[in-house]
Amino acid sequence: MRQFSNRYIFVFSTVMVVIVAVLLSLAATLLQPAQERNQEIEKKKSMLESIRIPASRQNAVELYDKYIRESFVINTRGEVLEGIDAFNVALRNEQRKPAEQQSLPVFRAVTDEGEQVIILPLEGKGLWGPINGYISLRRDMNTVYGVTFDHKGETPGLGAEINTPGFENMFRDKKLYEDQTFVSVKVVKGGARKDDVHGVDAVSGGTITSRGLENMLFDCLEKYNDYLLKNRN
Amino acid sequence: MNNQEKEPLFSARNIKLLTAPLHKDNPITIQVLGICSALAITVKLKPALVMALSVTIVVAISNVVIAALRSYIPDRIRIIVQLVVIATLVIMVDQILKAYAFDVSKQLSVFVGLIITNCILMGRLEAFAMANRPWPSFLDGLGNGAGYGLILVIVAFFRELLGSGTIFGYPVMEKIGIYTTGYENNGMFILPPMALILVGLIIWAQRSKDRSLIEEKQS
Repeated sequence: MRQFSNRYIFVFSTVMVVIVAVLLSLAATLLQPAQERNQEIEKKKSMLESIRIPASRQNAVELYDKYIRESFVINTRGEVLEGIDAFNVALRNEQRKPAEQQSLPVFRAVTDEGEQVIILPLEGKGLWGPINGYISLRRDMNTVYGVTFDHKGETPGLGAEINTPGFENMFRDKKLYEDQTFVSVKVVKGGARKDDVHGVDAVSGGTITSRGLENMLFDCLEKYNDYLLKNRN
Repeated sequence: MNNQEKEPLFSARNIKLLTAPLHKDNPITIQVLGICSALAITVKLKPALVMALSVTIVVAISNVVIAALRSYIPDRIRIIVQLVVIATLVIMVDQILKAYAFDVSKQLSVFVGLIITNCILMGRLEAFAMANRPWPSFLDGLGNGAGYGLILVIVAFFRELLGSGTIFGYPVMEKIGIYTTGYENNGMFILPPMALILVGLIIWAQRSKDRSLIEEKQS
């Protein structure tokens, strides 16, 4: 084995670090536009899926313009706030603010059957990282029309099952309210009763993800309480 | 040295580099490396396959890089250099996937990052690439990636079939109508311990078939 001087080792590591730094920052900068575009498409695709429109990455943007009619931002008292673009509201940042200062996005859409629904964004914590999704409500502001969930890094095959159609479809026609009281939809370990309008089956092997999802639904939707009650019909 | 220069690209020795890790020198069952990821991502076949592919690519390329630089890498900081090469490659792969293969990147999620900590990579760089030329190192990387992938796919096949009743998401068990006879999916297969037991069974089967693989008893 060749012996190397300390000077050589220092020079070697410096050169190595500089080369690696240049490579990585080049990759990050050059690929950023493509990555951001992907995220925008992904967001539109998720929203469409929550109103049961199967979109592909190719037609998501086009379908989004067709189905999503209106978007606006409200506060926790249910009043519309002017001058904020709902699509670009980062829910994660909003959740760090005090409740009364948060901007809550609402998207209005019309489904294929011509029914007016609203889409609300969700953001919460799973086992390994953030989980998020969209929920669409029928005109009664109580019945779930559809949901879609996504996650950053839940365990494949276990917690990651929350974004499979099998799990998401269970939420259809569940109710958020019991009369005037907000109860949300619960994730029941061991399986929900068939006639339970507030419960769905938990993911087996994904207990913490399921619990995080349940909290996400409750925390995010509770803030819309005033708005939902005001607009019921 | 001259002999090596003239060695054909696919000489018997080089082919062996490619095939030995599939059986006699398997990274999981013989070298017992990369067990952690074998437990984590073998619940379903698809992520297992994508993971196997990514590991193969990264281990092959980093083997080549380290083998090409091997006489310039100071011995005292070689582990750090190996880690830097692996980490750089993995981040590049992750960034490229995010930009051009978004669906695959979503499917793999955190496991792309976890390739960095896969012991097979460090193991091959340290044991092989530091002492061999780039071409054999490349083959060694491909072989070990394939050997790793083979075990992953075998384990994932049984876990998905018996745990979820599907193969690549296709509901096999439902289609053959076995549920009507009272059969139920075994939840145990979904949990990580079952992967360990399956790997153990593979090790047992492999060694009882080929007794030369059994380690000598230490007295």
